[in-house]
Amino acid sequence: MATIVVDNQPYQVHPDQSLLAACLGLGLDLPYFCWHPALGSVGACRQCAVKQFRDEKDTRGRLVMACMTPVAEGIRISIDHPEAVEFRAGIIEGLMQSHPHDCPVCDEGGECHLQDMTVMTGHAYRRYEFAKRTFRNQDLGPFVAHEMNRCIQCYRCVRYYREYAGEYDLNAFSLRNQVYFGRSEDGVLESEFAGNLVEICPTGVFTDKTLKRHYTRKWDLQMAPSVCVHCGLGCNITVGERYGTIRRIVNRYNGDVNGYFLCDRGRFGYEFVNRPERIRRPLLARDGALVPLTAEEALKRLGMLLASASGMIGIGSPRASLEANFALRKLVGAGHFFAGVGEREHRLVGLGLEILRKGPARTPSLAEIEKCDAALVLGEDLTNVAPRMALALRQGTRQQPMELARQKGIADWQDDHVREVAQDERGPLVIATPNQTRLDSIATTFRGSPDDLALFGFAVARAIERSSQAPLEDSARHEQALINETARALASAKRPLVVAGISLASESMLQAAAKVAWALAKSNPQSAISLATPEANTLGLAMMEAPALESAAQTIREGSADTVIVLENNLYRRADSRLADDVLKRAKHVVVLDFLPSETTAVAELVLPAGTFGESDGTFVNNEGRAQRFLQAFVPEEPVLESWRWLARAMAASDRGEGAAWKNLDDVLGAMVSALPVFGPVRDAAPDSGYRMAGAKIPREPHRYSGRTAMLANINVNEPKPPDDPDSPLAFSMEGAPKEPPGALIPFFWSPGWNSIQATNKFQSEIAGPLKGGNPGARLIEPPSLTVPRQPADTGETTLLLRGPEPPAGVCLAVPLYHIFGSEELSSWAPAVRELVPKPYVALNPEDAQALGLAEGQIVRVAVATSSPPGQSKDGKEFSLALKLASGLASGLVGLPAGLPDFREPTMPAWVTISKAS
Amino acid sequence: MCSRTLIGEETPSQDAKMLSPEERQEIEAELARYPAKQAVTIDALLIVQKHRGWVSDETLKDLAAFLGMTVEDLDGVATFYNLIFRKPVGRHVVTVCDSVSCWIMGYEKIRRRLTKDLGIELGQTTSDGRFTLLPIVCLGTCDHAPAMMVGRDLYRDLTPEKLQGILEKYR
Repeated sequence: MATIVVDNQPYQVHPDQSLLAACLGLGLDLPYFCWHPALGSVGACRQCAVKQFRDEKDTRGRLVMACMTPVAEGIRISIDHPEAVEFRAGIIEGLMQSHPHDCPVCDEGGECHLQDMTVMTGHAYRRYEFAKRTFRNQDLGPFVAHEMNRCIQCYRCVRYYREYAGEYDLNAFSLRNQVYFGRSEDGVLESEFAGNLVEICPTGVFTDKTLKRHYTRKWDLQMAPSVCVHCGLGCNITVGERYGTIRRIVNRYNGDVNGYFLCDRGRFGYEFVNRPERIRRPLLARDGALVPLTAEEALKRLGMLLASASGMIGIGSPRASLEANFALRKLVGAGHFFAGVGEREHRLVGLGLEILRKGPARTPSLAEIEKCDAALVLGEDLTNVAPRMALALRQGTRQQPMELARQKGIADWQDDHVREVAQDERGPLVIATPNQTRLDSIATTFRGSPDDLALFGFAVARAIERSSQAPLEDSARHEQALINETARALASAKRPLVVAGISLASESMLQAAAKVAWALAKSNPQSAISLATPEANTLGLAMMEAPALESAAQTIREGSADTVIVLENNLYRRADSRLADDVLKRAKHVVVLDFLPSETTAVAELVLPAGTFGESDGTFVNNEGRAQRFLQAFVPEEPVLESWRWLARAMAASDRGEGAAWKNLDDVLGAMVSALPVFGPVRDAAPDSGYRMAGAKIPREPHRYSGRTAMLANINVNEPKPPDDPDSPLAFSMEGAPKEPPGALIPFFWSPGWNSIQATNKFQSEIAGPLKGGNPGARLIEPPSLTVPRQPADTGETTLLLRGPEPPAGVCLAVPLYHIFGSEELSSWAPAVRELVPKPYVALNPEDAQALGLAEGQIVRVAVATSSPPGQSKDGKEFSLALKLASGLASGLVGLPAGLPDFREPTMPAWVTISKAS
Repeated sequence: MCSRTLIGEETPSQDAKMLSPEERQEIEAELARYPAKQAVTIDALLIVQKHRGWVSDETLKDLAAFLGMTVEDLDGVATFYNLIFRKPVGRHVVTVCDSVSCWIMGYEKIRRRLTKDLGIELGQTTSDGRFTLLPIVCLGTCDHAPAMMVGRDLYRDLTPEKLQGILEKYR
């Protein structure tokens, strides 16, 4: 720690930071624009000027830029010195020259860093009286709106977009007061992380286009801490609601998980909650149609069903909370609860879980992945499967070049200088996938079928083992050279990382990843393995250890149950339709809890309207095994309820089990923890509902929340009492605890004078460090320490079915291709996301297509071959699809899109035949 | 680029021509001098401009592909330099210095005369396509202010009376 003196007051701060970061970390107010905690310092805007003094006697001092000055022992500065104050006022006056002052019609108004800084500097009167420069704006696609006139040229957008996110279709053009930030022409921003521009931009140049369509000021939003539901990484989000609809999602800083950034699926996928198709009332199938019921009727009906059932099973869901899954398990009994995923996914996730638990390589948080200085990705197209991890890996490739800068005595936060030293240097990243990925430009790539990739992984593991005895020989063979290069890079790294997942449904790939991690961990305890999981609670559900759908179907077929309760799940997305039919159509009674209609709700006898993430409390377990609580942003119109509450009421209605007595989330959690001790730490994911700050609940609404007394006046002029929240320490109110709540309970980032998301600074124990009191979340998986010599998770290669059986002539292997916009079920309901969902297609390598005499755009018939490998059930489907040439697809493979809303692909990998459509 | 032009300005018609073989050849000759393709960005833009007088959106796209850059990267450079023209210019570009020495020594009179004689304002091109008039900040000849250039020719110690004779030389 170093002592710095700010305005004659001594403070203890960390030495490895700039003065600006140190001052902000101390809670001092110092204005800035071009600096951002995730982007470092470039000293461009001159807004953070302070006076620096040589010693106590020096009264003249000199102006320095706080962001460019390192903390040094005994350094004396003044923020309040009149010269510094005047200088900063002058800077902002210059920056504001052409700013249109259109705050009342600007979407940023009320949460604008430029507003905050202007007020902070006291620049209250404009002296500039000439014409302001004006620009044309661009259409940047469905997510981000553009209004260039507001720009103050801080360059944060292009620094984030190009240097942090690694896309180059946004740039600064022209010079002087004409500098323009945009694309060369109108068009959708190419980065999957473009939405972060909304928060990176200190003013209203880049704003949320989905918010614009149902605009609400930040101060009028009712907000709550939540967790993203659109993949398994569990990025923390803040949900904002008004008038019963979710208005927008913003990033919720968690120093261990997403840090400052989200992907666009996570930020813009929320609109599924607002769809008119939402199931908002209980529905009963009667004469081939679903007719609405009241909640009482529905519960009565459900009670009757449960009482008369001769055997009942429950089918859980990886997209439902732990609590909802547990409540269903309680209702039907542990032996009758099934996981709601197909056997294959079940087995794969189970294996993944075993690998993570046994170690010895630990699974890192996303923040730790950013620090991994060498990485191997086996099989996963991360940008499209677990997007935020791709952004983290991209930062990882900067670690080794940063080391070069460190050797020259350059601090990490000196962004320009570090990049000057690094030039085009990148740390090693090896990506082994069937198709090209969006990280390829910074990676070494290996292409092949899932089996090829697994073999590649095993070979890397063996090479690492060998390299511990003798240096690896050079090889002329391309593949072996790449294997050796990968092994060397990983073995010599400080924090090597292996990434795999289940998107190609290959157990061998997971085993290969485990082998690599094991080989690395033998000599380097910092080695890490990360597995991408597809859904918000994939791992949580797996930890409940319920059997897969196939077993559920078996139970129904055997006749030992005639009633099925399906929780937030469309079984037709989980397995081929025969299996789903076996469960749903053979059963006499089907009850479904969900929030949007699906093939599954269509065959239900009774449908109960479940709350979405914005309308429920619960816990998800992310891919790292971190249990994270999400809290309700608003109370939906009756009778929409959290699934676990429906199930608790169902238990009450049928007088079943202790669940009947559950009053709130804590009761469910308590019951779950005693029934399933593996979830013990889940209670620590957030304080329980009894938690109070200074005796008060934490308000979900800012203190300036307007219209409270009038917003329901069209229904009743008497202002209703705000709803109670029995489940959390948060209140549906603008009144309550005035202090900063603990990390898991921060409903929104705001601090006096800091209305923008930059207020995050005030909630951190140090800048870009953990939130005060620690980052939220409780890790459920910690492998035993390395000191005990042990064998790794089962990595027997004998179980592999590599390279065989050989397919008949003319048959190719079809692999799933994933799309960030389209492959995930819920976000595809969001209109903005839907605009970017591709049409179904079949992809072939151009050379393969040529050999088959097929051209781009041509309609091609794809038939699933009958000689599928054993254990893979098929629908025997045929598709006619337009051909897409994919130059990055390994030759010999056929690519089919996975999970698109209007297309049910076959279970893949699958053998298919390709021919011209007649 | 058209989409970014200032409000009120006309957008020029597009020159859809791709890089000519001569242009490619000249750029390739430059490539040999540098370790990275991107290093010839400015030279390449000047070569294109030498042949065409200006750099159109279409040519820019072609050039970006040729240099392995995004259009945004190339255009960021092209638009930064005020002597790389992203809109059509006349056969002769008159750049008149409006920097401080020239301004003290009579720039205003020079500009008024030029705009009157040519019938155009700064930033415009005569209807016969002969001249484009642009301001420039310092030609490095302050001791002989005011100054201007026509094409690559420098004219110093200007007076309004000398202008007619100078412009006559350029057809």
